[in-house]
Amino acid sequence: MDRASHPLLELTRARLMEFIREPEAIFWVFVFPVLLALGLGIAFRSRPAQPLRIAVQQGSGAAVLAEALDRTPELTARLLAPETARNDLRTGKLALVVIPGDSVTYIYDPTRNDSRLARRLVDDAVQRAAGRADPLAVGERHLTEPGSRYIDFLIPGLLGLNLMGSGMWGIGFNIVQARRKRLLKRLLATPMRRSHYLLSFILSRFVFMILEVAALVGFGWLVFDVRVHGSIADLLIVAIVGALAFAGLGLLAASRAQTIEGVSGIMNLVMLPMWIFSGVFFSYANFPDALQPFIQALPLTPLNDALRAVMIDGAPLTGNLARLAVIGGWGIVSFATALRIFRWQ
Amino acid sequence: MDVEIALRCQGLKKRYGDVVAVDGLDLEVHVGECFGLLGPNGAGKTTTVEILEGLLEADAGDVEILGGRWGKDDRVLRQRLGVQLQETQLAEKLTVEETLGLFRSFFDRGRSVDEVLQLVQLQEKRKAWVSRLSGGQQQRLAVACALVSHPDLLFLDEPTTGLDPQSRRQLWDLVLDFKASGRTVLLTTHYMEEAQRLCDRVAIVDHGKIIALGTPAELIASLGAEHVVEFALEHGDSAPDEWLRQVPGVRDVRRERDGIFLTVGEVHRSVPALLAALKDRGLALSRLTTHHATLEDVFVALTGRHLRDG
Repeated sequence: MDRASHPLLELTRARLMEFIREPEAIFWVFVFPVLLALGLGIAFRSRPAQPLRIAVQQGSGAAVLAEALDRTPELTARLLAPETARNDLRTGKLALVVIPGDSVTYIYDPTRNDSRLARRLVDDAVQRAAGRADPLAVGERHLTEPGSRYIDFLIPGLLGLNLMGSGMWGIGFNIVQARRKRLLKRLLATPMRRSHYLLSFILSRFVFMILEVAALVGFGWLVFDVRVHGSIADLLIVAIVGALAFAGLGLLAASRAQTIEGVSGIMNLVMLPMWIFSGVFFSYANFPDALQPFIQALPLTPLNDALRAVMIDGAPLTGNLARLAVIGGWGIVSFATALRIFRWQ
Repeated sequence: MDVEIALRCQGLKKRYGDVVAVDGLDLEVHVGECFGLLGPNGAGKTTTVEILEGLLEADAGDVEILGGRWGKDDRVLRQRLGVQLQETQLAEKLTVEETLGLFRSFFDRGRSVDEVLQLVQLQEKRKAWVSRLSGGQQQRLAVACALVSHPDLLFLDEPTTGLDPQSRRQLWDLVLDFKASGRTVLLTTHYMEEAQRLCDRVAIVDHGKIIALGTPAELIASLGAEHVVEFALEHGDSAPDEWLRQVPGVRDVRRERDGIFLTVGEVHRSVPALLAALKDRGLALSRLTTHHATLEDVFVALTGRHLRDG
């Protein structure tokens, strides 16, 4: 009987089968990022600005002042005993405490944004109540930018994070396991082409990459109304380049490791800086300028930027070429290095 | 008559650091025979086989397989060899059928998955995950993966280690069927019974060298006696062995912890003479058994150690 089916096809199919029969892998690749998005999306959801909580310390004229302050829409004021007021301020339940008197005193933490804002609002209210007049009339016009919510920022970041995690774990873990069980050696004893074996990982990654993107983007769209402002095709192209880069890195991490512990250590070492620096959960602009060249050189940073450019700004691919080049460069260099130093036995 | 050579190696050497695993090993395996490498664990059998399979590189020596050479004819050779490695764990979450289909896809020609399933009697397990198979079934599957290509030369490295007697016998039948189709098997084992049952010729390996070579019958005959008389004395005996060597028909005397072993040509002559000699000395027997000499006895005679001692 002649060959029944192509080895690359069979190897890829085996990868897919092994994956979908591993409930833990399904959880980490598909469920975990969605749960993360759900949790963070709820915690940091955009909502009408909550009134700031302040307190007026008990004393003469305190009740009147508290009532006046409470009428200010941006503030909720309560009357509290000095001890309780200090305590609640210290533990962050209050933004500011007012001590009434001939000269009003504000107790607040100037390093807290809500405290500083409360200081201005309270002071405005106190001064106006004392007869201050604003000489200039101002008008207001409110605008909410599409894609400016935290969840709009977060979903592309989680997408990048997921492409990194599942690429590295999915490939690195499986290869080391096959090496440890002497399955790699057994396969080498067949006419199987080594390139087919490695390619099967890349191909199966593509299949899962599409599902991962669909799961997370679909979830964001359905639950938080996160839109993809650019084209879906562009998004997929960016995701493919990203998946390839991290497949290469996963291969590199696993190219010589003999134990699961060994490869886990290597991969955590590689991924942890990107979890923190590459702008997954918050903008990397928060880090000092001196760190920026390093941050820009990490593969996840341009990937997250490119994903955000496509999803939030609707940028065309041509605007992302430099980023794609950095990501692709990581992929090619790590893949080539991995092939060179790969330990088959 | 000239025999066709399936495999030949000369002066094979391999060392790992200070340890010499294979130390100048020569081998010739004929087409259509089942050839056994018999030796204790650590004798260098697996290293030898992996060099022959083209998975390890020898430090020195020459290997010729099915008329080809590693490094030159790899692609052709891989198509024609069937390999079962020691301690390979196949992918746990693939079914038996998927595993065989995967291995089958690597070869240009060979058997269908159904055929191989039947051959190794795993039809009922075709949809079962590899992790759900018993040890014997997993081992049969490992051999099945080596048989999907219908290879000309089959390598089996300790195929029955750790198996129960029934699983072992099933695997033996597989090997005998394979050999009956005129194909060649190279097998390593540390079970002398396995070598005796399956192998046309056996090479006894110790410390990376072949210390004896021949058919099982020839090797046993080389002891110069075909039976072993084994006995123990009631109160022990510290006297020298000289008087035992005087017993008619005794070729060799060996003392071990659990008794004294005599290699003899004819049991019916030596045993009465032994009993008479014991009576003369006033010694009482606590145990007396006899058995046909085995390859184990050959190994012990050559090395003074047992196969299982490692």
